[in-house]
Amino acid sequence: MKKICLGVVGIVLTFFSAYAQTPQKDSSTYKSRKLTFDEANLVSSYYKQEGNNAAVTGGIGSQKLSDISNTIDVKFIKWDRKDRKHSFDLEVGLDHYTSASSDQVDLKANSSASHADTRIFPSVSWLIENEKNGTTIGAGLSSSTEFDYQSIGANINFSKKTNNRNGEFTAKAQAFIDKVSLIYPTELRSGGGGDDDDDDDYATTARNSYSGSLSYSQIINQRLQIMFIADLISQKGLLSLPFYRVYFNDNSVQKENLPDTRMKIPLGFRANYFIGDKVILRSFYRYYHDDWGLTAHTVEVEAPVKVTPFFSITPFYRYYKQTAVDYFAPYKTHISSNQYYTSNFDLSAFNSNFYGAGIRLTPPKGVFGIQQLNMLELRYGHYTRTNGLNSDIVSMNLKFK
Amino acid sequence: MKLVKLKPKVNRLAVVAVSAVAILSSCTTVKEYQKNKLNDGEMTLSSRKIQKTESSFQSYREGASGANGGKTGGGCGCN
Repeated sequence: MKKICLGVVGIVLTFFSAYAQTPQKDSSTYKSRKLTFDEANLVSSYYKQEGNNAAVTGGIGSQKLSDISNTIDVKFIKWDRKDRKHSFDLEVGLDHYTSASSDQVDLKANSSASHADTRIFPSVSWLIENEKNGTTIGAGLSSSTEFDYQSIGANINFSKKTNNRNGEFTAKAQAFIDKVSLIYPTELRSGGGGDDDDDDDYATTARNSYSGSLSYSQIINQRLQIMFIADLISQKGLLSLPFYRVYFNDNSVQKENLPDTRMKIPLGFRANYFIGDKVILRSFYRYYHDDWGLTAHTVEVEAPVKVTPFFSITPFYRYYKQTAVDYFAPYKTHISSNQYYTSNFDLSAFNSNFYGAGIRLTPPKGVFGIQQLNMLELRYGHYTRTNGLNSDIVSMNLKFK
Repeated sequence: MKLVKLKPKVNRLAVVAVSAVAILSSCTTVKEYQKNKLNDGEMTLSSRKIQKTESSFQSYREGASGANGGKTGGGCGCN
């Protein structure tokens, strides 16, 4: 994994050293008809979690997990003859995780093939922005591939600014066509649950997600802007996971079983306020409800403090609260006559707290004197859930311009 | 009985609607040259790029997702 990380950093630095002698790009008086490099971002994260409610083992057992993630996105821009701005974004992400619970698909294994996996998730997007009439249209494609899960995504979006350019309406539609490999717990396999000797022989089944999103942002005054967001998400297909176990009160065991449809309605609100000259208050609230009976509230506040014009510190706090889905019960408390059942504690009732801080460096001569390295951001967060799960995440964002 | 249960929700919705109208009606038109604070990189009305992995693990470890401009599907998060 260390090799992968260093490899990614090496590729990025090589790529941008090629641009080291590139002349300054577009100014307000010149708009390039040629495709030119705009910016690139490398985001790397290390995540680790601990807990004792693994869904693979029916709501008991270690949830120890670590994940290293690297994402690089590169943005190119050009203007066409009608003076419309075209933005092309190419992104590639790579995750590598190790998971104690996945190792328990086979309860006898100490370190089976499923204890670690790598996920690769590339995406492309294209935006056309017409500054004269204030409209933007865009489309994108994405994919995500890991051993037992494949996903193909597509999206389209449309934005229109108000006449005074102080408000903007956006509509977005997304579809994800996913395939879940039917890997069952070893003791529940009866010929159809795969074969450890041939990894490519697992049968698959569909899980599709469709979403529509409407948002409206509005400038209130020179210091305050807000946004309302409403999503409607419909999921169909296998929404349970075939290797999640459920132990019933009669000591029998089954794989998790959940309805094959789910409708989600999240409603969000953002407000950002510039206090004085040095402090910004960023806030977010989300109400969520779905037809599995889960209701949740999320409140997030962060306050970037500009210590100097080129250095800021950002403490943040996030509070989250959810009710359980109708089909949740912990280890050995389900009744086997139930139609649907899960012991996945991610769907149980809990509150969570997530807090931490970040720093952001944007020196005018570049970070560490490297002109192309426009920004360095570091962020650490600690997450605790009232049912015992806790995690830490540290992330870095390098921006090249 | 149903009406009694609905009442608090209706009241909350009414408060939200009235607040939204009050906020939006207090808008003043801000010209481009007056947007130096609004155009600050920290004032964008979206999650930061550095929050990408945070958002992913939150959507996997929690039942709720969406309404934050990010993905609303794709990826397993099964571990």
